[in-house]
Amino acid sequence: MSTSELETHAYDVVVIGAGGAGLRAAIASHESGARTAIVCKSLLGKAHTVMAEGGIAAAMGNVWPDDNWRVHFRDTMRGGKMLNHWRMAQLHAQEAPDRVLELEEWGALFDRTKDGLISQRDFGGHRYARLAHVGDRTGLEMIRTLQQRAVALGIDVFMECTVTKLLKDVDRIAGAFGYWRDSGRFVMFEAPAVVLATGGIGKSYRVTSNSWEYTGDGHALALDAGASLVNMEFVQFHPTGMVWPPSVRGILVTESVRGDGGVLRNSEDKRFMFDYIPEFFKGETADSEAEADRWYEDKKNNRRPPELLPRDEVARAINSEIKAGRGSPHGGIFLDIASRRDAAFIQRRLPSMYHQFKELADVDITAEAMEIGPTCHYVMGGVEVDPDTGVSVVPGLYAAGEVAGGMHGSNRLGGNSLSDLLVFGRRAGLHAGYFAYRHRRRPVRVHQQQVNAAAEAAVAPFAQDGGENPYTLQRELQEVMQELVGIIRTEDELTESLRKLADLRRRAGELSVEGHRQYNPGWHLALDLPNMLTVSECIAMAALERTESRGGHTREDFPGTDESWGGINLILTNDAGGELSLQRQDLPRMPDELHELFEVK
Amino acid sequence: MGYPLSMRLWRGDRDGGALQDFTVEVEEGEVVLDAIHRVQATQAGDLAVRWNCKAGKCGSCSAEINGRSRLMCMTRLSDFGHEDVITVTPLRAFPVVRDLVTDVSYNYVKARELPAFAPTPPDADGKRRMMQQDVERGQEFRKCIECFLCQNTCHVIRDHEENKPAFAGPRFFLRYAELDMHPLDTHDRRELAQSAAGIGLCNITKCCTEVCPENIKITDNAIIPMKERVVDRKYDPLVWLGTKIRRRDDRTEL
Repeated sequence: MSTSELETHAYDVVVIGAGGAGLRAAIASHESGARTAIVCKSLLGKAHTVMAEGGIAAAMGNVWPDDNWRVHFRDTMRGGKMLNHWRMAQLHAQEAPDRVLELEEWGALFDRTKDGLISQRDFGGHRYARLAHVGDRTGLEMIRTLQQRAVALGIDVFMECTVTKLLKDVDRIAGAFGYWRDSGRFVMFEAPAVVLATGGIGKSYRVTSNSWEYTGDGHALALDAGASLVNMEFVQFHPTGMVWPPSVRGILVTESVRGDGGVLRNSEDKRFMFDYIPEFFKGETADSEAEADRWYEDKKNNRRPPELLPRDEVARAINSEIKAGRGSPHGGIFLDIASRRDAAFIQRRLPSMYHQFKELADVDITAEAMEIGPTCHYVMGGVEVDPDTGVSVVPGLYAAGEVAGGMHGSNRLGGNSLSDLLVFGRRAGLHAGYFAYRHRRRPVRVHQQQVNAAAEAAVAPFAQDGGENPYTLQRELQEVMQELVGIIRTEDELTESLRKLADLRRRAGELSVEGHRQYNPGWHLALDLPNMLTVSECIAMAALERTESRGGHTREDFPGTDESWGGINLILTNDAGGELSLQRQDLPRMPDELHELFEVK
Repeated sequence: MGYPLSMRLWRGDRDGGALQDFTVEVEEGEVVLDAIHRVQATQAGDLAVRWNCKAGKCGSCSAEINGRSRLMCMTRLSDFGHEDVITVTPLRAFPVVRDLVTDVSYNYVKARELPAFAPTPPDADGKRRMMQQDVERGQEFRKCIECFLCQNTCHVIRDHEENKPAFAGPRFFLRYAELDMHPLDTHDRRELAQSAAGIGLCNITKCCTEVCPENIKITDNAIIPMKERVVDRKYDPLVWLGTKIRRRDDRTEL
């Protein structure tokens, strides 16, 4: 392919992904003066952020004046079982309040306190009611606000456009190559800085709350470009996904149900979470139903209900109850708010949950309990970045949001994702803009052979007849990850998963797609599959290596948290031969003044 | 439990197309989008369909199901009999890209034409204060998931291609109303709602409200109040005088 027939655009910063992190990055980049483009797989405003429900965690102190960034920082680190990058957790806790106020400045309409301030709600692992929210559709409010801001600023958006390859000039980023989904035509972006904001990996699992876009594109693009991934073994299974009917299995049921008073019960009508309070959280968790119920009104003199333990703890407890035969009729557990709060309260606080259960499952949540079970929700691992700037080890390549790693340690607290998108989206966008400016006299050059190779790889699935069906392969991949690399893991199963993934990898080289290049979902899937395989291999490799249980990584053969693993990050890179390679690396050490926050008083 | 479902799916592109028959095995509790995904996975790998969340939250999978504007992910098969044929066609108000996917860029063009929110400065502590009852009206409109079913159904757009340049459609009347009712906005877009967005062309048949998957009362709560506000500004000398003398409205007109 010659350059003359290829659609080409030049920008200072190209942001890949238009969820919360991508939009916030683009706004920051634009405001830094950089010529900025957003490239996204879906229509603008449809990214997965739209599905976030509960809220944005930010220590604004509107409801509990005692709240401040130090408390939020401490909650975040403890929720992540201390494996978070301390600097990311610190910046996140310090800057989240300003990022929320900024959304209001741009038109977001949050729910209010009686004094007219932004209201804040309770969530798992947070000491104080801290989540700025709009009913249970906070993600929609956030993405619409950012989308409207980006449109008002006149930022260029390339919708339904998929990036398949990052281009490099020696060691620096030189741009990105991709295709228009509607026409199938190729497009190239020349840019000295690229921000990855592509979200997560959930589509590698059968039961997931994630949308089709979550195929690990950014993780795979980063590895391919020479960047490193950190702690990919940590995958969050949200405790409460729908389980019935089968077609909605995995769709998220917000943690706000529990934050607003809902409780978990087994088939014996028992509030079983009291049996699963780990030593690590005993001091801050109620040990009787009476104390737990008092906490909603009086947080000073009571401890948090165990239903609001961090998500990893609750998901494992639910898993154990179901395995012990105390599950609900459709293989879940009961989540009950109907008997605890009146119908008007539920409809006001949880309108989309009410709507979702009514429409999809014929269940009236103001009158009966919901059936729920764990669902793959979030990957804590991601591109290893510098906390302050979001830059990866590749000059010019930035990452923010779910695709970046380190911020959440081994487990993310609810509400910390939306704030993460805003805080680090802004930082990555800003610094990508600065980078482009600093290097304005040292432009990068796109190398034609890279472009040709990317174009050839993209059309390869059309070249062969009689090969594998990409949909079949995707389903098999999801089975492997669900069954062998799920909530509870063992050495044998992980070893087997790697063998099966290698076989799937081989078969993925022999895909066939029918039809032509115009809006062809079979072809799109065939190009997403290698990314899904890459992240799956990363997760399985790291999970096999880490011989302990911590946060979103539970080994049945190593059930305890092991101190000696507490200071170790697992780093994945592509070696010279294109094979994944795994190294151990020391966790960055927290300064003493922050360390003091964790000393027992 | 499962049964064979007969479907007729429109397949084609800008140059034309036709309904094609499929029979696909479906299960209890499934929705139209599940059936279409199964056709895609087993019979027509290149069947084009746009979707994202499959939970009624993103508004991507809009189509016409047996002639009605609906989200495929929120249309349950149990609403139909086992013998019924389900026909799915692309949104009619927008140009077809391929199969069930349409070019909805009209809506993104209209979004760009609408001047953004411009708030008053924050209070001394950097925060803004608004009462819950004052934000609730806007919150109803911000439930909009931009599925564009209202746009597709509105006959001003659907039946009159020539109206498109002058008419923004119900989705954007929601937006005008939301901003007009925002307690802290400093801009007055009433003139624009009339001249640029063409709210006067709407003759309140409520078709948009009927198809809204978020049950937003588009006509009653947004369009009619907005029409009244536009008219107040334009024709009522007493209201005009009142706003000037008592300084009830010191917004900047756009």
